[in-house]
Amino acid sequence: MSLVHWYLLIAAALWGIGCYGLIRGPELLRRIIALNLMGAAVFLVMVTLAARTEPADGVLHALVLTGLVVAVSATAFALALVARTLSEQA
Amino acid sequence: MSGDFWFDALLGVLLLVLALATIQARQLAAAVMLYVVFGLMLALAWARLGAADLALAEAAIGAGLTGALLFSALARQPKSITPPVRAGKMAPLAALMLCISMGTVLGWTLWQLPLQPAHSQLPAALEQLGSSGTEHLVTAVLLNFRAWDTLLELLVLLLALLGTRLVAAPEPAALQHWPLARQWSIRLLPLLVLVAFFVLWRGATAPGGAFQAGALLAAALVVLRLNGQLPMLSFGAWWVRALILAGVLAFLLAGLLSLWLNWQPEQAVQWLSWPLPLAKGLILLIELCATLAIGLTLTLLVVGERKELTA
Repeated sequence: MSLVHWYLLIAAALWGIGCYGLIRGPELLRRIIALNLMGAAVFLVMVTLAARTEPADGVLHALVLTGLVVAVSATAFALALVARTLSEQA
Repeated sequence: MSGDFWFDALLGVLLLVLALATIQARQLAAAVMLYVVFGLMLALAWARLGAADLALAEAAIGAGLTGALLFSALARQPKSITPPVRAGKMAPLAALMLCISMGTVLGWTLWQLPLQPAHSQLPAALEQLGSSGTEHLVTAVLLNFRAWDTLLELLVLLLALLGTRLVAAPEPAALQHWPLARQWSIRLLPLLVLVAFFVLWRGATAPGGAFQAGALLAAALVVLRLNGQLPMLSFGAWWVRALILAGVLAFLLAGLLSLWLNWQPEQAVQWLSWPLPLAKGLILLIELCATLAIGLTLTLLVVGERKELTA
C-alpha cells in the first residue's frame, strides 16, 4: 500500500468519524468541531492527491489554503450563532 | 519495513484516535483540547505529504486560531452539570451504521483513484511561474493565477466578521488576568511580529505568505487582548476598520491599476492580471495589506467585543 492510498483511507475514516459526531454530538459546540473534522478530512484528501506528483501540486495546495481560511470564517460565524442561541435560552 | 512507513502508519492511526476521542470525550473542554492536538498532528501529516505551506497554515490557523475560537466559545457555555438535552433523534446504532457505510463507500471510491493524475494544472502553472512576479508556486497561484479566489476569500473573511458582529450579544468580560501571562504576552509580541513579517517576506521564494503571516499576527494580538491589554484595538476605532478593509481595497486598486496599464484597444481586458514589470511590487503590496487585514479580522473574530476592563 502506498503513502497516497494510506492517507486517502485515513481521510475517509476521519470523514466517517466526523459525520458520526455531527449526528450524535450532544452539544452544539461539539457538532461544530465534528463539522471541522469532516472539513479536515476533505482537505487531507486534497493534500494527498496533490502529493501524487513530484514535486507536489502547488495548485491544489493553494486551493486548500483558501479553504482553510474560509473554514475558520465559517466556524467563527457558527460559534457566534451558538453564543446567541445560548444567551437567548438563558 | 522502513522507519518512514511506521511513522506514517502511526501518524494515521493517531489522527483517527484523536478524532474519535474528540467526538467521544465526556467534557467539552477535553474535546476542544483534543481537537487542537488533532490539528497539530494533521499539520505534521501535511508536512509529510510535501505541503509545507499548508502545514504552517494548519498549525497557525486550523489548530491555533480555531482552538482559540473554540475556547472562547467554551467560556460562554453554561456551566451545567446535568447532561445536555440530546438533540440527536437517531439511535446510536443507526447513526453508527450510516457513518460506517458512508465512510466505507467514500474510502472505496478514493481507493479507485489512479496514482497518476489524468491531467494536472501543474506543468502549465510551472511554465508560467517565470512571468508571475514570484518564485514560489503557491504564492503565484494565490496572488496571480487564481487571484480571484483570494480576493473573494478576503471578502468571505470580512463577511464573517460582519455577520459575527451582527449576531453576537455583548458579553461581560470578568476575567482575572494572571500577572505572569500579562508579562509573557508583552515579551512575545515583538518576536511574533518579527516571525510574521519574516514568513510574509519568505513567501516570495519559499513556503510562507500572507495567510500564515496574518495568522501569526492574529495570534500575537489575541494573546494581548485576552490578557486585557491593548484596549484601543476594537472595532470602534476608525484605523482598525480601515486596516480590516485594507486587504480588499489594495486588491481592488491593484486590479484597477493593472486594468488601466494593460489597456489596449481591441483586446479582451483581463481583470486581475498584473503587468509583468509591476507584478512583484503589486503582489508584495497586496500581501502586506492582506496580512494586516487578515491578522486584525481573525483577532476580532476570536476576541469579539468584550467590555473593556479597567486594567
